[in-house]
Amino acid sequence: MNDTNLTAAAREPTIFDLSRSGRKATAQMPPPMVAHVPPELRRRRRPLLPEVSELQAVRHYTRLSQLNFSIDTEFYPLGSCTMKYNPRGCNQYAMLPEFLGRHPLAPVALGQGVLACFHELQEMLKEVTGMQGVSLTPMAGAQGEFAGVAMIRAYHRARGDLARNEVIVPEAAHGTNPATASMCGMKVIEIPCNAEGDVDLDALRHVVGPNTAGIMLTNPSTLGVFERTIAEIETLVHGAGGLLYYDGANLNAILGKVRPGDMGFDVIHMNLHKTFSTPHGGGGPGAGAVGVGARLLPYLPIPIVGRDGDAYRWLDERDLPASIGRLSGFMGNAGVLLRAYIYMRMVGRDGMQRIGEYATLNANYLLARFRQAGFEPAYPTRRATHEFILTMKREAREHGATAMDFAKRLLDFGYHAPTTYFPLLVPECLLIEPTETEAKETLDGFADAMIAIQREAAEDVGRLKGAPYSLPVRRLDDVRAAKHLDLTWKPAA
Amino acid sequence: MAFIPHTDDDVRQMLATIGVERIEDLFDEIPPALRAAPLTGIPPAASEMEIGRLMSERAARDGRPLSFIGAGAYEHHIPAAVWAIVTRGEIYSAYTPYQAEASQGTLQTIYEYQTMLASLTGMEVSNASLYDGASGLAEACLMAVRANRRSKSLRILMPRAVNPTYRKCVQAIAGNQNLRFEEIGFDPASGQTAFDAVERHAGSDVTAIVIQQPNFFGTLEDVDRLTDWGHKQGALVIAVVNPTSLALLKPPGEWGERGVDIVVGEGQPLGVPLAAGGPYFGFMTTRMEHVRQMPGRIVGRTLDLDGRPGFTLTLQAREQHIRRGKATSNICTNQGLLMSAATIYLAIVGPEGLERVASASMARTAELVAALTKIKGVREAFTTPRFHEALLKLDRPVGPVLDELARHGIAGGYDASADFPELGPTLLVCATETKTSGDIATYAAALGTVLGTARAA
Amino acid sequence: MSNNVPAELRYTTSHEWVRKNADGTVTIGITDHAQHALGDLVFAETPESGRAVAAGEACAVVESVKAASDVYAPIAGTIVAGNDTLADAPEKINTDPYGEGWLWTLKPAAAKDVDALLDAGGYQKFLAESAE
Repeated sequence: MNDTNLTAAAREPTIFDLSRSGRKATAQMPPPMVAHVPPELRRRRRPLLPEVSELQAVRHYTRLSQLNFSIDTEFYPLGSCTMKYNPRGCNQYAMLPEFLGRHPLAPVALGQGVLACFHELQEMLKEVTGMQGVSLTPMAGAQGEFAGVAMIRAYHRARGDLARNEVIVPEAAHGTNPATASMCGMKVIEIPCNAEGDVDLDALRHVVGPNTAGIMLTNPSTLGVFERTIAEIETLVHGAGGLLYYDGANLNAILGKVRPGDMGFDVIHMNLHKTFSTPHGGGGPGAGAVGVGARLLPYLPIPIVGRDGDAYRWLDERDLPASIGRLSGFMGNAGVLLRAYIYMRMVGRDGMQRIGEYATLNANYLLARFRQAGFEPAYPTRRATHEFILTMKREAREHGATAMDFAKRLLDFGYHAPTTYFPLLVPECLLIEPTETEAKETLDGFADAMIAIQREAAEDVGRLKGAPYSLPVRRLDDVRAAKHLDLTWKPAA
Repeated sequence: MAFIPHTDDDVRQMLATIGVERIEDLFDEIPPALRAAPLTGIPPAASEMEIGRLMSERAARDGRPLSFIGAGAYEHHIPAAVWAIVTRGEIYSAYTPYQAEASQGTLQTIYEYQTMLASLTGMEVSNASLYDGASGLAEACLMAVRANRRSKSLRILMPRAVNPTYRKCVQAIAGNQNLRFEEIGFDPASGQTAFDAVERHAGSDVTAIVIQQPNFFGTLEDVDRLTDWGHKQGALVIAVVNPTSLALLKPPGEWGERGVDIVVGEGQPLGVPLAAGGPYFGFMTTRMEHVRQMPGRIVGRTLDLDGRPGFTLTLQAREQHIRRGKATSNICTNQGLLMSAATIYLAIVGPEGLERVASASMARTAELVAALTKIKGVREAFTTPRFHEALLKLDRPVGPVLDELARHGIAGGYDASADFPELGPTLLVCATETKTSGDIATYAAALGTVLGTARAA
Repeated sequence: MSNNVPAELRYTTSHEWVRKNADGTVTIGITDHAQHALGDLVFAETPESGRAVAAGEACAVVESVKAASDVYAPIAGTIVAGNDTLADAPEKINTDPYGEGWLWTLKPAAAKDVDALLDAGGYQKFLAESAE
């Protein structure tokens, strides 16, 4: 049980509450210099920015950080998020002053070191995914998806195949998939899965045709199971003239064991902040590198690192005239890419294969423990991949204890909740992904906590419903937050 | 194996609990034909010591040139405390704050950030960040189309004086949704967007007009006139701004009669290092009337079960994980860590510090321009008021000049010749508060040498 | 499960209800089933007067913390008015979905289109069939 947050109960005021007019961090001030702004363009009133000493700022944000859960402090069995350890070495070497101080438009002659890292990362990602080309520029998984669908669209249009404007997406897909397809001006066709969690092939046969631009799949799927009929799906979609897009959110399950390129995918996006351990940072930055097969090579988003003999340079519009274009102001999230590079070098050839193995071992071990304790897997006949789903529908029916209640009560035990209510089609679900970096004792502790909560649900469900108790705040009123929007601090009237 | 803690005993016990003989058995649902061969293209594992050494060698090879490049990313001093705090594990390795009770640190930081950015830009509400300024402008154009119900044309006026990469990015991201971008020329004498080019569209259905301030050349635009014109046409006005400049310049919420409708920009100048191009973050602010059309996460303050104030993500129904195909955007992960850095940066520098940074940057750029234009073959392209960048015209191709300067350890600026060929050879230069008079003298001396002429007296 | 289905109204399989008014217009809202599924409503956006809409066209949006749903025109026609009172009190849709929680009124393109919609019995049957 986590009783350590008692001091946090004295709520941390906002930085504005701490401000006092005239207070400042003098050591940070450049000397005053005269600047001539035309009077009609001059700012008249100072913006509302904090006026605090440097110590006050440091203390405030350090204390705020202590109100957070994080991988460095808690286990996060968040399905589909791959919350593995973020190695500190990756941070340290990505933040060497020379890398940190480099302007993106500085001469490439002065950037051969960092460009070598990017180029080698491109090559390693090609190797590990079985693809022919990689672009590192998309700044998150969702941007990677956008690039992927845009490339598929560009491919068909280049061949005069303008009628192909439909993208097939499984019902269980992550919300970014249909959102991305819409952003690319495509129509979304959703197809169901069968009771075993595989895509419904009959439904697919029914919708695939001359209007199919492609299908977006995750494998293992968002249901935590391997798409066993991937070969048939590939035949059906390619046969109808469509392309296959792979959402790499679950790449951790198969890293080193199966390569998406070998499964017939034409384009894939990778979440470097999942599979390749770059930090989540409280909501980003991520990086959504894309890999393509030969068909889509001309359309890769730019810029890409190329190599002329020993010299590295950026390939741009002149080198890839059919590129779908630029997705960012410069070349993407460089610092994130360096962290992924360092991680892949430390994991190395053999380590890469172990990741899939141990992620799968950990997930199946947890699944076995939960089964033994009487929890209900959503797909009981299937192996877990790197993740699996439990459904709380029996607990909800018998005791009124929902997945949300379990999630909130777990926080009191010092575990971040698993992913809840995703995928949408499993009622009261918890999607659990331990990752390979967790030790057996941690998994056992988590299983024991879930078992204790399950007992509590039967004996005193009210206790669950009021959770969490030991965190800086109790459950928050979402309805009030949305109805009475308080989105910026205002001084007391 | 790196980062895998299992002992042989652990593995044995776990396999026994699962009821299989070997780890391989757990992959029995995967068709054997799909199994990958050994990954010979990946080098063998390196220890942290080995990879650390390689990275240090590569960094040493790249070195640290004296940099005078702006063009969308700006070198400013970042107080040491900013990254000392932001790389704390509780911030660095925290997840997206979906479980609000376990994320009050992140959520309160976002709320404070939203407050600062809304005020800095003179608007009413901010989101929690987008990927960067360029993609942020694409999102702003899409948002304007959603928000401007009266306009059906989907036509957006886009000045050429807007950052060329931003324009390319907007086309790549928003071009798929039937938006049409009408190019608006600039006055080659002043470097400002040409008002008669804008006026040509009077009376037509314009969905939005984009105004960048300062524009790509660093030149200050007549923002009041452009904003009022846009509103008179029934268009929404999108401002693209430099956040440091807002310490000194009138914020977009106060442009024209009633202020602009959407503000975006690159947040990198606020506490984020140049870092070879990213990660940066985009900011977006708007008026309350458009808040439901704004993409990205938003944090709101509310109460918990005990009536205690707390923070939570709100208005999530607009986002991809709920609205799916009808979402305002597909954005999921954004740039949280950088937004946190910006918040701490702004808290430490405060309003006066930001003013000092802005003023010093303007002053140093003026000093740089004066020093460089003393050299024969270098002159200002425009003399109109500017913020902290200037476009220079050279008497010869800029590429080779920059290559030569690189050999002197100087990153001299951005070669803008390809973007604006009608202006001839042009170089965009920038000096921020990080540059001293000595640095400027070093650059001037090197350029004088490279151009092969002595400096004029 | 909320299952209030007034006998005098007509319904769609996307959970809209339609009431015929004496002056030939119709009033449209979402059913008790729909408001219950959405949860506490925090926002509602209703259409502007004078807009011509086709059957099946999205006219309004209702938003709770967990979902935002489009509300579709059950039949073609011209919008007469949207319910402005919902701007400050969207919860009326929860507390009184068939009364104060109405969303918009419509002048039908063809009066008989309403009769082609599901009646109360038909809608209840649809609800029973789609329940898990």
